[in-house]
Amino acid sequence: MRRFLIQVFIILICFLLQTTAFRYLEFAGVVPNLLLIPTVSFGMMRGRKEGMVVGFLSGLLVDAMYGTILGPYALLYMYLGYINGYFHRVYYMEDILLPMLMVGVNDFFFGLIVYIVSYLLRGRLDFGFYFVHVILPEMVYTMILSLVIYKPLVRINLWLKSLEEGVDKS
Amino acid sequence: MNFNNKNGLPTKYILLILTIVCLVLIGLSYLFEDIVKPLHYITGVTITPMQRGVNYIGLWVTDKVDLMTEIKRLEEENEALREQLDEYQRDNRIALSDEDELKALRSLYEIDSRYPSYDKVAANVISKDAGNWFDTFILDRGSSQGIQVGCNVISGNGLVGIVTEVGPNYAKVRSIIDDESTVSAMFLTDDALCSVLGDEKYMDEGYIRVEHITKDANINEGDELITSAISDKFLPGLTIGYVSNLTIDSNNLTMSGDVKPAVDFDNIQTVLVILDLKQNVGDQ
Repeated sequence: MRRFLIQVFIILICFLLQTTAFRYLEFAGVVPNLLLIPTVSFGMMRGRKEGMVVGFLSGLLVDAMYGTILGPYALLYMYLGYINGYFHRVYYMEDILLPMLMVGVNDFFFGLIVYIVSYLLRGRLDFGFYFVHVILPEMVYTMILSLVIYKPLVRINLWLKSLEEGVDKS
Repeated sequence: MNFNNKNGLPTKYILLILTIVCLVLIGLSYLFEDIVKPLHYITGVTITPMQRGVNYIGLWVTDKVDLMTEIKRLEEENEALREQLDEYQRDNRIALSDEDELKALRSLYEIDSRYPSYDKVAANVISKDAGNWFDTFILDRGSSQGIQVGCNVISGNGLVGIVTEVGPNYAKVRSIIDDESTVSAMFLTDDALCSVLGDEKYMDEGYIRVEHITKDANINEGDELITSAISDKFLPGLTIGYVSNLTIDSNNLTMSGDVKPAVDFDNIQTVLVILDLKQNVGDQ
């Protein structure tokens, strides 16, 4: 329960930063996809189930606040979190390169799917343009920020883990 | 919720259940728009105050950073503005006398003024859509200030967008540069009707598109585009922007071109929401 509440709190902070503070810190005209970082991180640190839940909650928040249709972002973030859970096996806590690369790969698929669903199906065919002007900068920006955000998330995870182990022993 | 429960449902099934939940939600919210309203309401009421708080902090910090560079710039600007003011005061005297004449002529012809003075309310932009694909943003004023869905939003002299959703303390605005936005427009100098379309692709260069201008229209680059009278959502006569790069379409019947919006969408912080709706204005 405590873990769940803290994750909700982390998601909320990322959401608030993404929609407010980063409006002033735009870089190449894009805002980083901060919500993807907890989704990927928890998927990798804790496995499929948590990645899935964190992703689902992140997406639901975006849908509830900005979507006219409820569910598509929840679905998208949830599957990204779930798939990242498969990399739990090859994950080392000290390694920061893999999580960063995973954030980039995830953001690429995120952008690709949003493009296909909401742009390609309306006849906007110039994928190259959108790739260079939206997907790529967003990827780079999000990857750079994952360097900053990932470490505290690892700490929080370790702290939660130590608390949970304490509970199990008693 | 207990993630360590090894005896619980296998993850695969939870994924399946959540997937079905999402699909059902998508289906329901697609079929019945009202179903998502309570949820929008909850997030609007809870998240918006937080966003407002973070936003004020962000503004405060950027304000302080900008302050130093601003002072120098303001001094220069002040100089220039003083000169302008003199000029405008002169112009104003001329305009005032013109206005008297205009009033007299209007009453003579019994024409209502073309731009009735609408009720407006000022609002701050507090947050932006979570992704980079669309351009919707949230204002810190809502239905308790009289804002309704369909209210037009302007900034300075230009059209910003339209309110698509409203709660007691927030309003969601879809801007005219959003990729899904279409505004029925006409030229100030020529009544040729056309559509102004938001386009993510041109937005980086600061342009949106205008299409379906009849080839015979007597227009030039730099002409002002305003909202047309036939639109059922936008009040007539609001400035949209200035047209450039006109080209004749391959069908040889219509022209299209770029529009430079009158509003600077990169630095938009305060806007005015016009409380009168198009439908009601028509009834009066």
